[in-house]
Amino acid sequence: MSNQRSISAYVTIKEGRVIYNNTVLFELPDAPPASFFNDLYNALHINYPKFFKMDNLCKTVFLATEILLKNISLLNKYKPGEIGIVFSNANSSLDADIRYYQSSLQAPSPAFFVYTLPNVAIGELCIRHGIKGETACFVFDIFDSVFQAWYTDTLVDDCNTKACISGWADFYDGKFEAFFYLLDLTGDKLNIQHNSENLDKIYNNPWKS
Amino acid sequence: MATLKKEIFEQLNLQHIKPEDVAYDQPLFVEGLGLDSIDALELIVLLQQKYGIKLANPAEGPKIFYSIKTMAEYITAHKKQ
Amino acid sequence: MEVYIAGKGIISAIGLNVGETLHALKAGISGIGTQTNLLNRHDNNLPTGEINLSNAQLAAMGGLNADYSRTALLSIIAAKEAVANACINLKDFRTGFISATTVGGMDKTENFMTAFIRDGELKNIDQVLYHDSGAITELVAEQLGIRNFVSTISTACSSSANAIMYASRLIKTGVLDVAIAGGTDAMSLFTLSGFNALMILDEHLCTPYDDNRKGLNLGEGAGYIVLVSEKVAAGLNRKPTVKLAGYANANDAFHQTASSPEGKGNCLAMQGALKMSGLAPQQIDYINLHGTGTSNNDLSEGMAIQRIFGEHVPDSSSTKTYTGHTLGACGGIEAIFSILAIEEKLIFPNLRLKTPMKELNFVPVTELKEGVEVKHVLSNSFGFGGNCSSLIFSKVN
Repeated sequence: MSNQRSISAYVTIKEGRVIYNNTVLFELPDAPPASFFNDLYNALHINYPKFFKMDNLCKTVFLATEILLKNISLLNKYKPGEIGIVFSNANSSLDADIRYYQSSLQAPSPAFFVYTLPNVAIGELCIRHGIKGETACFVFDIFDSVFQAWYTDTLVDDCNTKACISGWADFYDGKFEAFFYLLDLTGDKLNIQHNSENLDKIYNNPWKS
Repeated sequence: MATLKKEIFEQLNLQHIKPEDVAYDQPLFVEGLGLDSIDALELIVLLQQKYGIKLANPAEGPKIFYSIKTMAEYITAHKKQ
Repeated sequence: MEVYIAGKGIISAIGLNVGETLHALKAGISGIGTQTNLLNRHDNNLPTGEINLSNAQLAAMGGLNADYSRTALLSIIAAKEAVANACINLKDFRTGFISATTVGGMDKTENFMTAFIRDGELKNIDQVLYHDSGAITELVAEQLGIRNFVSTISTACSSSANAIMYASRLIKTGVLDVAIAGGTDAMSLFTLSGFNALMILDEHLCTPYDDNRKGLNLGEGAGYIVLVSEKVAAGLNRKPTVKLAGYANANDAFHQTASSPEGKGNCLAMQGALKMSGLAPQQIDYINLHGTGTSNNDLSEGMAIQRIFGEHVPDSSSTKTYTGHTLGACGGIEAIFSILAIEEKLIFPNLRLKTPMKELNFVPVTELKEGVEVKHVLSNSFGFGGNCSSLIFSKVN
């Protein structure tokens, strides 16, 4: 049952450092967001031109999940409708909202407007990975590990979800962070039980987990 | 047309493509350049802001924005003096 | 475990409460027009479904400070009506408030920003205190006296449908006994100009599911339902007559703002809801369409409906022809229309439809139907980001 599940992989991006399953994968502390995103994109050898159109929140989410899913092909095992996403953050799409607002003073930009909703980041993920299962987007003051674990387990228990990408990502005022993990019912598992305590541990101290 | 190309690159924020790699008569909305319907809307904004041309019907878009050359021809024909 | 609907509350361009709304629905009176309370409105005379009351008037109705965001003012009015309608003492139960919004406090922020950008004017900075979506929910929750469980969902046009789904899960998993769920969105220049930039607004009154449709009209409003557990329902004086029989959410995975031509995500959501409810397609009596009036949505949704229902598509209509597209509130508002269809034995018309879409084998109803046995209603809400949700409401036996 739910309290016996283990997570299959995790990624954190915090203070310019990318950690994947307890290993530092990439570091560029103190770099401005644009440089960090571009350098990480290049370091991952991704070829996805749509990346350059994304707003900052989407880029944060996209890069974190590229790493999370890099060795895993979920569509080889599951139908698109069996893969779900649970996403939460504190600042919603505020960074994109501000950019759009500024553009609207002269000429409202459709390319900016498209990102003025936090769930568009999930949409971009779904397009990238062919995911068609249930996706949810919540807004909280701070990362709520109790909620995240509970809701993710509920999707798996109730909704025919066999793999779930669950996480938190935020971008505001030039600061960004991300924490995503994968719950894959039939995949390899890390020795980390899926519960709120462990999620807090990883989120707060990613390189000591 | 060189100015128009620069304006297009700026409006669409095409960081991953080099301007010299896009010929004036090259189709814009094909796989390689990754342009989509939102880019078409941005080009409509460009026409309005830089050339004072208002395109009320987005359906005309594909013909006008086929290439930088067709866009330049449209602008020349419709530009407000 | 069943989840029942014990109360409902609504405010939109067609009515300030359930009673007025029902009257307008039956009389075919649309609330969309070019009159506006919004200052410095966009150059065009774009029709919108605005509620014809100032913030001060809304505040007086809802008992909130008139300086708060219009989004919150609408929310408290509808939420209070839902609670009163349910005749439940919230303090007797584990109660939650799940509210959805896309605009949040944007209306106040854009007021502040104009003076700030022009002159660096900071004296009204308190206007942005409640900008966040979550802050709006908390303001209203506090007024309702709900502290234990408060949550905000923001997934574009499927937001309040998702709030209702989430509330149902909280009850089924035993976290809550009672949940007030739905959504709210107020008119804002930010949204109006954004949709205009996407060129999906109709300059005239919208005509969803018409072959010559030109786009949508934006609207504003709030709609909440009170969901209760079986145990709570059994103890109520007025037994609920409608339950939430099924729901599902799926992603279209096609484009940030457009639907796939065949409506794959729409299809998955409707199929998932049917599966959960245990109903066969032919048991659905009415589909409350997402029906925004854009070329893209109506075709994708229509194709998906045809795939599922084949030759036997039930009666359907887009009630956005009455209210406009109320964005984050539409799932909640249209859930209430679906419930009214069951309770009042009505099928509401799809207004202003002249030429049926040539690609579809069905046509939404264009005249009000009364005295119809409506047992099961499917309500669709499909949002940007490919977020597709479908709810099924059923008459309790």
